[in-house]
Amino acid sequence: MVDAMNGSAIAASGLRKAYKDKVVVDGIDLDVRAGTIFALLGPNGAGKTTTVNVLTTLLAPDAGKVVVAGHDGATETRAVRAAIGVTGQFASVDDLLTGEENLLLMADLLHLPKDRGRRVAGRLLDRFDLVEAAGKPAVSYSGGMRRKLDLAMTLVGKPQIIFLDEPTTGLDPRSRRTMWEIIRELVADGTTIFLTTQYLEEADQLADRIAVLDRGRLVAEGTAAELKRRVPGSHVRLRFAHRPALDLAARILPESTRDDEELTLRVPGDGGVRSLRALLERLDAHSVEAEELSVHTPDLDDVFLALTGHASKEVNAR
Amino acid sequence: MKVMVDSATMLRRNFRHTMRNPLALFNAIVMPIVLMFLMVYILGDAFDVGVDYADYATPGLIMTTICYGISPTATAVNSDMTSGFVNRLRVMDVSRAALLNAHVIATMLRSLVAIAFVVGVAFLMGFRPSAGLPEWLGAIGLVVLTVVAIGWLTVAFGLAAKTPESAGLAAVPLMLLPFLSSAFVPADKMGPGARQFAEHQPFTSIIETLRGLLTGTPSAGSAITAIAWCAGLASIGYVWARVSFTKRV
Repeated sequence: MVDAMNGSAIAASGLRKAYKDKVVVDGIDLDVRAGTIFALLGPNGAGKTTTVNVLTTLLAPDAGKVVVAGHDGATETRAVRAAIGVTGQFASVDDLLTGEENLLLMADLLHLPKDRGRRVAGRLLDRFDLVEAAGKPAVSYSGGMRRKLDLAMTLVGKPQIIFLDEPTTGLDPRSRRTMWEIIRELVADGTTIFLTTQYLEEADQLADRIAVLDRGRLVAEGTAAELKRRVPGSHVRLRFAHRPALDLAARILPESTRDDEELTLRVPGDGGVRSLRALLERLDAHSVEAEELSVHTPDLDDVFLALTGHASKEVNAR
Repeated sequence: MKVMVDSATMLRRNFRHTMRNPLALFNAIVMPIVLMFLMVYILGDAFDVGVDYADYATPGLIMTTICYGISPTATAVNSDMTSGFVNRLRVMDVSRAALLNAHVIATMLRSLVAIAFVVGVAFLMGFRPSAGLPEWLGAIGLVVLTVVAIGWLTVAFGLAAKTPESAGLAAVPLMLLPFLSSAFVPADKMGPGARQFAEHQPFTSIIETLRGLLTGTPSAGSAITAIAWCAGLASIGYVWARVSFTKRV
């Protein structure tokens, strides 16, 4: 059902949504190719969930057009809903039901024949490694298991396009990796994935294309490599005890940038052990001692700073 | 057709909830029975109601039982809303009414079970109704109508509340309302203000009608008022609930 002309699974133009006088989504254009992973990257409050709600027909936009799986989101809501699966920001599983009952509930609501529903549920439990927990109420599940069950429930309907709103927020690193594996497998099977995330690393790991959302606007879009080129690279931050030491170190390390107030130097570099050792040896050779050393790798804050000129926290605080 | 199938599916879910969390049903049964002991054995003798107090109080206790049983419904509806479960159903294109219908029907069944227990205990405590089969059927019909009305109101409260906790609190006024009715003391024995309120609030007409059906002579006037109240409250609750359900994301 994907638009054969351009292979577009999700297309949106000029999306706007405001709550009273607060504009949450402010003129967004999106184009997600079928069979790819698209990441919408942004801090809390950037408008990610609202965008997902508009794209998934939960919210009507104030302006703009949404086409999902070739169907108009405003007039062909049913057809859109039949093509998509949505896993929200908080695992929406039924706590009092067991994992298996949750899946069977979805099968019943999709009006699958009983035996087929049971087969689908069994396969999903197996695939997501939930067989042992299948008979236990979901309230006893760990965060990672709940997310897996949540996604499994979304998959009962075999959607061609899946929306994942912050699928790994709050998960431990191991569960996060498992979730990433699952997402990669889904795309390998031909599903289109639209995910939102606060983590640059997640977008980097998974997405074919990344769009950066800030205060309801897209401030950048491209592949991970394209975005990273616009972000200042890793650097080492050195703090000195007094001004003369800073002056001397700045002469020794001409590639660095200095901050006189903080008595710090920012030295570009990857922060690897080898380059760190070389850096310290250069300082030692001139008998300069740094008070403090920290290695800084680019994160969402840097992306934000580079792309918007303000830190992501300012958005949080709004 | 779809709404029936989906409502049945959701009702099975509610049934499982009740089985897994029997405390809700237990509270709905035990609280009114405790209240009944208190009223009939401890306070009742002090009230001069003109008839045996167990006979007088049982219809009021039936009403109280309905009100005590609704708090879990408000909480459950709200947590479905706030947990994202409703959004999941929305994008699945499940019949919009199914989830709410199931909550109302589950509330009704739970209330009827609790009422059956309460009436059973009332018999042990000396409740001797004079009702024949038609009166009993009429009483059951009115009880069902009342639960549906209060059930829809509760569902609307649950949808309107911000958190499950505040949804549970929204049910508290309904739990107090029977005390400001003719449930345990005739309204004409109350002080000014309370008396006028008790005479005109919906529960009094419902309780008086039940009382008439079970232990006295049914009065058409209070029956019509009671049915009108139930129909009115049910409509308000239903419309309010459906609007909140559609609107809120």
